[in-house]
Amino acid sequence: MNFSELFKQSNQLCRLSPDGRYSAVCVQYRLVIRDVHTLQVLHLYTCLDQIQYVEWSADSLFILCAMYKRGLVQVWSLEQPDWHCKIDEGSAGLMASRWSPDGRHILNTTEFHLRITVWSLCTKSVSYIKYPKSCQHGMDFTKDGHYMALAERRDCKDHISIFVCSEWQLMRHFETETQDLAGIKWSPNSCVLAVWDSCLEYKVLLYSLDGRLLSMYSAYEWSLGVKSVAWSPSSQLLAIGSYDEKVRIINHVTWRKLVELEHLSTIRNPKSVIYKEVETCPHLGGDGLSFPPISTEKSSLFNSESKYEICQPPVDVPVVKPDPDRANPKLGIGMLAFSPDNQFLATRNDNMPNTLWIWDAQKLKQYVVLEQLSAVKSFHWDPCRARLAICTGSNKVYLWSPAGCLSVQVPAEGNFQILSLHWHPNGDSLMLLSKDQMCVCYLETAGEN
Amino acid sequence: MGDWRAVIMPEQEPSPDSKEFNYRYTSRSHMSPHNSFIETLPLFTSHNLSLFCTKENVEQCIAYLNQELATLGFPSFYTEEAPRELNLETILNCMYDLLQLHRKGLRMLEDMETQNLKSSSNMDHLYHSQVKLKDQLELSRREVISLQEKDRQQQLKNRTLHNLLKNEKEEIQKLQNIIASRATQYNHDLKRKEREYNKLKERLHQLVMDKKDKKLCIDILNYVGRSDGRRSVWRTGKTEARNEGEMYKSLMNNYERHHKELMVENIELKQVLQQMKKDMMSILNRRKQRPKEHMEDCSGIAGSDDEEDSLESNKENSLELSCDAVREQLTNSIRQQWRILKNHVEKLDSRASLVKPGFHDDDEIISRDDHEQEIEKLKGEIQQCRDMIKAQQQLLQRKGFEEERATWLKQQFLNMAPFVESKRPKIMKPQSALSISAEQEKHKIQSQPNMSAYLRPNTAPVATAELSPNTKFPPINSAASTETGRTVHLTPETSSKFAPKRGNVGSYDVKKNGGGAAHEKCRGTPKPSSDHRYYNGCSSLWNHSQEDNYLDENSLRSTNEPNCK
Repeated sequence: MNFSELFKQSNQLCRLSPDGRYSAVCVQYRLVIRDVHTLQVLHLYTCLDQIQYVEWSADSLFILCAMYKRGLVQVWSLEQPDWHCKIDEGSAGLMASRWSPDGRHILNTTEFHLRITVWSLCTKSVSYIKYPKSCQHGMDFTKDGHYMALAERRDCKDHISIFVCSEWQLMRHFETETQDLAGIKWSPNSCVLAVWDSCLEYKVLLYSLDGRLLSMYSAYEWSLGVKSVAWSPSSQLLAIGSYDEKVRIINHVTWRKLVELEHLSTIRNPKSVIYKEVETCPHLGGDGLSFPPISTEKSSLFNSESKYEICQPPVDVPVVKPDPDRANPKLGIGMLAFSPDNQFLATRNDNMPNTLWIWDAQKLKQYVVLEQLSAVKSFHWDPCRARLAICTGSNKVYLWSPAGCLSVQVPAEGNFQILSLHWHPNGDSLMLLSKDQMCVCYLETAGEN
Repeated sequence: MGDWRAVIMPEQEPSPDSKEFNYRYTSRSHMSPHNSFIETLPLFTSHNLSLFCTKENVEQCIAYLNQELATLGFPSFYTEEAPRELNLETILNCMYDLLQLHRKGLRMLEDMETQNLKSSSNMDHLYHSQVKLKDQLELSRREVISLQEKDRQQQLKNRTLHNLLKNEKEEIQKLQNIIASRATQYNHDLKRKEREYNKLKERLHQLVMDKKDKKLCIDILNYVGRSDGRRSVWRTGKTEARNEGEMYKSLMNNYERHHKELMVENIELKQVLQQMKKDMMSILNRRKQRPKEHMEDCSGIAGSDDEEDSLESNKENSLELSCDAVREQLTNSIRQQWRILKNHVEKLDSRASLVKPGFHDDDEIISRDDHEQEIEKLKGEIQQCRDMIKAQQQLLQRKGFEEERATWLKQQFLNMAPFVESKRPKIMKPQSALSISAEQEKHKIQSQPNMSAYLRPNTAPVATAELSPNTKFPPINSAASTETGRTVHLTPETSSKFAPKRGNVGSYDVKKNGGGAAHEKCRGTPKPSSDHRYYNGCSSLWNHSQEDNYLDENSLRSTNEPNCK
């Protein structure tokens, strides 16, 4: 594994282009385009204000920079560095901005979710979509980019509109049976739309592409409901993570529950492998192995090495009890992701923040448990294979694959605390982001410990 | 004369008063047989008789006795004819009768005493058992009371728990009602707020739109072409229809793909089921050929008949993918076969468990002991083998080493041979001492330092000096003679080394022909008869002169190869 030097960045706005050739790094109001392999600066663009959002177009030809405070979106071209485009929302303000899948339209969500403006880079046309719903995942495009589903709220009721992206034509518009829609997600085969309600009610609805309700799933009543949802890449399974610390997997044939995956605080299953991250402080002399309790980033003063040890069950997982009086408790399955080959499902239970659970998606059983020294900040699967990269806010990046587990310290001067990471589209390198620095990690082989 | 008082002889009279008896018994309980004997004593002591009758009052005595006995029913003493004449026969008879009476009385007394004893012991026993039973009764009464108390407490607890449960349930119900009512309230509030919010949004939207901000624009250098390179199309009904069509097409494609996959899976599963059915049938058919239960027979046969039919029909219909009837038939037949198989296996299991429990245990018990014994035996054998192997390894090592040394020493000797000749007299002396074991010690002491000196490579040139005078060697010391003596001295020892190697001995013979008598003597001694001794002596000398760690090896070798020839 090779590490590049550190580069400055702001707001953790570093994105790799979808074709894998360029990396875009924002430094305050400047946008730096680098070549991925040589890290040579190819272009440098200057925006009018501090950039708050960056997105590549799907064909990697354009890149948009959104400045919410000014209500501006600036678009840059990689082919023609002189080309410029500026979109001003004016007094409508700007809350969010994104590309359409064809890379030629920009969808701006104005303030207060008043409307969504569709700006076309090809024509002079502007479209407006009224009443978008203000929720976390209110808009989703299909994988092939043909259709867009948008959640709307009219007359105190939730609706979903399905648009054809090629002409922005409204194809279907139907009401959903949710109280307060929290999110929508297309299945990877673009045929089924999963819609889930807010956490006050556990309800997952499945609509087909033409707007028919296929099925409804509700695991229980009264308690806090769905927290996260993920489709398996083959569209055969839908994993629903909820506040009761369980993941329920639904199958696409009957839309019924296949299995309930529990995140127990004591792991007794003798077949699951438990990797525990252990600090090895070499300068303390000898084999100074220490098992510190849940530590925060601030305590890693020594920038010590760490390695993984295999523990035998039964193992107690450290639990952080959430405050019952506060809203949005840190409880339940907040992060959920399938591996690209459908083999594994990685989950994080928010009240066991140091632990990452990996489940075998074929057998629907517990497979591996990774216990880290600090809370898991984010994890992403390699886009091409079953390899998981994890960062916990320490200066180490952790990799897991079925072959084993690896903890690598980033050789950087000073404090480099990894807060987020992005995989390169071909899975050969990782972009590691700290608060204001960026580092690229090149993975040579897939072999681990 | 009659101043005699009626002496009351209370012991003799069988008193009907039981109390007196008891009293008597209790006071003399341990001595009653003796007592009865004592009772009889007064009869035989003349003491009482003398008091009763004296010479003077014979007539009165007789008359008294007659009277008394008459009252008792005995006939009178006097004869019938003459009133003064005593009928001796009657007197004697009376006496005899009285004696018999007395004896009977005593016997009865004895019996009654034993009976008395028995009954009193019975009474004791009964008394004690009564006491015990009373205690037991008291205890069990207390237990019963305590258990009752416990039961009461438990029931009380149960009741309180029931009440608690009821209360909790009621509370839950209440809370749920509260939640439900609050939920409706909140929903209502929420809807109201949302409507307000929507109104505001509309207003804001209008304002924003009305303002017609000049800023609300896109400033683009030049418009970009579409990503697919085609021109954009007007939105018309045709395009709408086309879009719809495309959407349905994609949906259909998805469904068809799904359908195909399911069909393939279905066919595979059906094949698996068919295979399973065939296997089960074959197993059961094999079983049918042996004698078995009647029940299974009938159902099995019936099943198989069904099976054959359905098998044929299945063969026909296997190409028809999902015919309801065929599917049902298949599943039913498999279920049937499976049931038969399951019953069969269960029966086998039960039979096995009936037949073998004892055997199993015995086998295990026996085999465990045997097993352990075997293990011990094998462990011992392994240890022995290991020791042997170690010993042999050591032997081999030394053998190798000794071979090297032998060759090296041989070389030395061969080089030294001329030296040996000139120093014959010196040779003689130490040689003659060789066979004497007592002097071996001396030689040992002598030869030890010599030996070590000799063995040092530095001394090698001394031996070879004579051979090639032209070669450069370190100057021969004054000790050269001693050294040669040493070397000569050493020959028997080295020969002892060579002794087991016949080849070497032979060569030595050849080389040292000029050695003279000493050598011959040396040669002579290793003749069959004294062979062993010589060898032993030499070897012992050799042993002493060598370092300690060769000691064992040579002694071993001597033991291993007694025949050095």
